[in-house]
Amino acid sequence: MNRKLSQKIAFWIFRILGWAVVGILLWILGFIVYNGIGVISLEFIFDSPRNGMLEGGIFPAIVGTFCLIIGSMIVAFPLGVMSAIYTNEYVRDGKISRFIRMMTNNLGSIPSIVFGLFGMALFVRAMSWGDSIIAGSFTLGLLVLPLVIRTTEEALRMVPDALRTGSYALGASKLQTIRYVVLPTAFPNIVTGLILSVGRVSGETAPILFTVAAFFLPRLPSSVFDQVMALPYHLYVLSTSGSNLEAQRPMAYGTALVLITLVLIINFTASLIRKYFSKKHGAV
Amino acid sequence: MKKIIEKAIEKIFAFSGMVTTVTILLIIAFLFKEGAGLFNSPVVEKGYVLCVNANNPVEHISSADIKKIFNSVIEDWSEVTSGFDEKIELFYDEKILNNYGKDEWRAKIGEKIASTPGIIALVHDYEKSLPKNFEGVKILEENTILPKDFFLGFEWLPTSKPAPQFGVMPLILGTLLVSFVAILLATPLGIGVAIYLSELAQSRVRDILKPTIELLAGIPSVVYGFFGLVVLVPIIQKTFNLNVGETALTGSIILAIMALPTIITVAEDAMRSTPRAMREASLALGATHWQTIYKVVIPYAASGISAAVVLGIGRAIGETMVALMVTGNAARLPKLFEPVRTIPATIAAELGEAPGGGVHYQALFVLGCALFLITMAISITAELISKRQHNKGL
Repeated sequence: MNRKLSQKIAFWIFRILGWAVVGILLWILGFIVYNGIGVISLEFIFDSPRNGMLEGGIFPAIVGTFCLIIGSMIVAFPLGVMSAIYTNEYVRDGKISRFIRMMTNNLGSIPSIVFGLFGMALFVRAMSWGDSIIAGSFTLGLLVLPLVIRTTEEALRMVPDALRTGSYALGASKLQTIRYVVLPTAFPNIVTGLILSVGRVSGETAPILFTVAAFFLPRLPSSVFDQVMALPYHLYVLSTSGSNLEAQRPMAYGTALVLITLVLIINFTASLIRKYFSKKHGAV
Repeated sequence: MKKIIEKAIEKIFAFSGMVTTVTILLIIAFLFKEGAGLFNSPVVEKGYVLCVNANNPVEHISSADIKKIFNSVIEDWSEVTSGFDEKIELFYDEKILNNYGKDEWRAKIGEKIASTPGIIALVHDYEKSLPKNFEGVKILEENTILPKDFFLGFEWLPTSKPAPQFGVMPLILGTLLVSFVAILLATPLGIGVAIYLSELAQSRVRDILKPTIELLAGIPSVVYGFFGLVVLVPIIQKTFNLNVGETALTGSIILAIMALPTIITVAEDAMRSTPRAMREASLALGATHWQTIYKVVIPYAASGISAAVVLGIGRAIGETMVALMVTGNAARLPKLFEPVRTIPATIAAELGEAPGGGVHYQALFVLGCALFLITMAISITAELISKRQHNKGL
């Protein structure tokens, strides 16, 4: 009887813990939505900050974040996908692929602030690009590279070997097999990985502190060598520095809501695509 | 022809495969290159030298003592060097410099130093224009910043004049305190949730919990920091009746929430990999479900769970924005209910103000190197631990 009781208590504790996690998420989201929803308006989204960032909107920060997303994906996506193709299609289980995987994991474990330091040393100073979109894009691109590689590899691994051998049997070369069989099959999952990386890039703050982010710059960038504002950094600025923190709060709530909505929409899209294609795949 | 193209493209793929390795090597190279000059830099601010009267027997003054002298904490030479009992007199050359030309300035300073036995003078060093054998003047030999003072020092005052203090101990201890308390909070919660997910929850519940955990992992760190700043800081301040709510504990709680998804996912994977046969054997012997979990599943998954915890520590140590926003940023010996400062927060807060290539800049890059090495070691440890799990699986 005692064993039954202890089981009951233990299981109840785990159940409560499980739902506590949901509670934490709802608390954070609810808090930001509740306080931020009143701030959101067309003006907030499509106007520049004015009057010491107490009025106006956050349009330059939104544009800046999109510039960084596009720039970092141009850096990370081709490199990451090709790297994953190499480890998964060419050197599948050898020493080389194990080594590359280990290095990818290690790169993924480096704190983002270290990428910031590195980006500042290499792109901003050594290449003398200055604080610019291109410096920030390279820094963020290298930061998400492990994520792109890992998700692409998973996508490639899910392609059944029968497809590959079938293709070879028809006389296709390795490259043809990859191009016409493996990549099209894995495509939806690769895109999912790409979208997840976009989500990651759009929320990162530490790597852009010293490579691109502008404290206050109420105009849009005209070249890749311009500084930009970015949503996460703008939220940091609004919540910690400035002349009047209390008066800045509504703007901060609004920015947090826009940022979190952007990230959640991105992640949600990724999981939708994954679900849609896994169903379709299952039906075939 | 076709073969050649195929070969060429394979080479391109192979080259891309090396990109992560190259990046890591570049990171190492640049962090160390930028930080390397630190231990060759003089203790005294760049462009200055310290001079004393020629009768003063002192040869070297440590960085900490220079700071104490110029803050008038040390007031007598007998505290620095033996056998010289003279009151310390501070002297800055700025005033003389403004009123006289270079040659006159040199003579004036020489005169002043030679005539004042207890003097210590902070003098501009224009292209080494002060002659070494100026009569009655002794230029103190330049000490360089010692690794020992850097890594074991307890004072982080990077803008202190004339001798900035770079002792990283408070930052290291602050980082460790914040991350270990975070892990202490996150581990039981995370493992509990992992057990619930892998052993108890029905698939309908899993369909809610799994996306929730993914969403938690997806929230940007700056949003966590903002939430901590606006919600948790006042709560902590009121609950514990403190002067400021930005404490090590506040940071730990937020970091614990952020480490949860990592711990839950990795631990759950480990538990799920327990072979069905083992569970069924345990149940067949009459053990309850709960007994099976803690006597069979958890021991089997132990290395996977430890890997989860280690990875969580790595996350917490490297996290910048939360530490920057809610821990209060005070570089002193850390206490749980007081403001502390972590290594990443220090870098983020100070790099913008440190002049490029200067001593402070170099010190921050050395900190970055330290952070890099710590997280690298943690990542490799986690990898080794989870490899043990795989071996057991065979």
